[in-house]
Amino acid sequence: MAPPSARRPGFSRRAQYGRFFGYVIAGAGMLFAVLLLVIAIIDPTGYNALKGAALDATKPITSGGRSVSNFFSGIGGTVGNYFNAGSQNAELKRQLQAARRGTIQARATELENQRLKALLKLAGEGDGEVAVTRVVGSSFDSVHRYATLSVGASSGVQPGMPVRAPDGLVGRVIETGRWAARVLLVSDGASNIPVRLVRDGTSAIAMGDGQGSVELKTLEVGKNPFRRGDVLVTSGVGGVYPPNIPVAIVARIEGDRAFAQPLADPSRADFAMVLRPYQPIADQPLSAETNAALTGTAQ
Amino acid sequence: MSRIAGSSSDVAWMGLRRQWVPVASTLLAALLDTLPIVATTPLVPDFAFLVLIAWRLLRPEIWPAWATLPLGLFNDLVSGHSIGESMVLWTAIFLLLELADSRTGWRDYWIDWLFAAVAILAHGFGGWFIARQMGNRAEFVILLPQLCLSVSAYPLVARMVVGLDRWRLAR
Repeated sequence: MAPPSARRPGFSRRAQYGRFFGYVIAGAGMLFAVLLLVIAIIDPTGYNALKGAALDATKPITSGGRSVSNFFSGIGGTVGNYFNAGSQNAELKRQLQAARRGTIQARATELENQRLKALLKLAGEGDGEVAVTRVVGSSFDSVHRYATLSVGASSGVQPGMPVRAPDGLVGRVIETGRWAARVLLVSDGASNIPVRLVRDGTSAIAMGDGQGSVELKTLEVGKNPFRRGDVLVTSGVGGVYPPNIPVAIVARIEGDRAFAQPLADPSRADFAMVLRPYQPIADQPLSAETNAALTGTAQ
Repeated sequence: MSRIAGSSSDVAWMGLRRQWVPVASTLLAALLDTLPIVATTPLVPDFAFLVLIAWRLLRPEIWPAWATLPLGLFNDLVSGHSIGESMVLWTAIFLLLELADSRTGWRDYWIDWLFAAVAILAHGFGGWFIARQMGNRAEFVILLPQLCLSVSAYPLVARMVVGLDRWRLAR
């Protein structure tokens, strides 16, 4: 005989009503939660105060055991290195060559840039860093690729600021608490970064795939401009990321598609720098004069 | 400890333990998300959901239908999901499990595991779908290793929950 259901409340009217209202509340709560999600889609930074407070509250746990996690993430790497020594050696040699090429190219670009900037008297606003900090945690059990920094609004960090490590770009701040901030990593599926191929200056967009690498999309049709070992740097288009921060190195070509590995590994980077947005003015509404000029030309 | 409560404070403590151990263990599992692990690919199971689903399959009668709403809100806040994600997914999965409970007579270890596996897959898919609506273009495939690990970690978590349950009800 099948056991009697433990959930049947018996003949008590009160228990039956109680159970019924439980379902009503659950249904209403689900609708409310869907509404919250829709609001989050329309206004992604709308809950910053609430989520920032939660970030602050959980920060002590997160930053407390960072050294332990370094130890654990080190184990996997060490064992892997032992088995992959040969192929890793070849890979490193190849990367070194690519890096050499990249350095030469970078030097040439830098010279050219200096010349052009002097010519145009143009310089990006907001050079310099806001804060130097550590990456202390990440979202490791969902489709999102977020990391947590141990600085927040009290150090001047605001949503939208780019974050870089010594090796390259890490991502962009999306939520801030008083003492902690959450970063959308380069490899998150929602991250789009305008990049430039160091070798020949081809513009592309590096789009994260959610599992640690990025796919490169370019406007050129036909020939795939990328080769293995090519280095990509930010182009400064869009005004969030300052130009010439290394982003990724091309790892694999599949026909028309190219996949690259981000250069900064947030799990290994000791420090992360929060930078000012390259041209914060780009987000602002147009000034009165510009508006007048635009409407003037339209008439 | 004696099997008979010696004082009213003992009774109060036992009552407290009986009521709050399931909730407290779920909240603690949600706090595991704030451990300082920095990973670039999803691999670690969502422990809060595993613990919750283990409690639900072990003791269906202790959960009112709305209990997942505050628990889900807590998980969303702690783990950085969009607010409302766990609230809606957990509640929906609990309601579906109620439906399944009313249709199935027999339950054993394997059926529980099967239900848990289906719930874990549905939870992963739901999370992926919501992220998709928010402009995240990651493929569902990248979640598969994590979901497989979660399904195989379920018996372990269920074993721990059974241990907690014995302690909860011990006299």
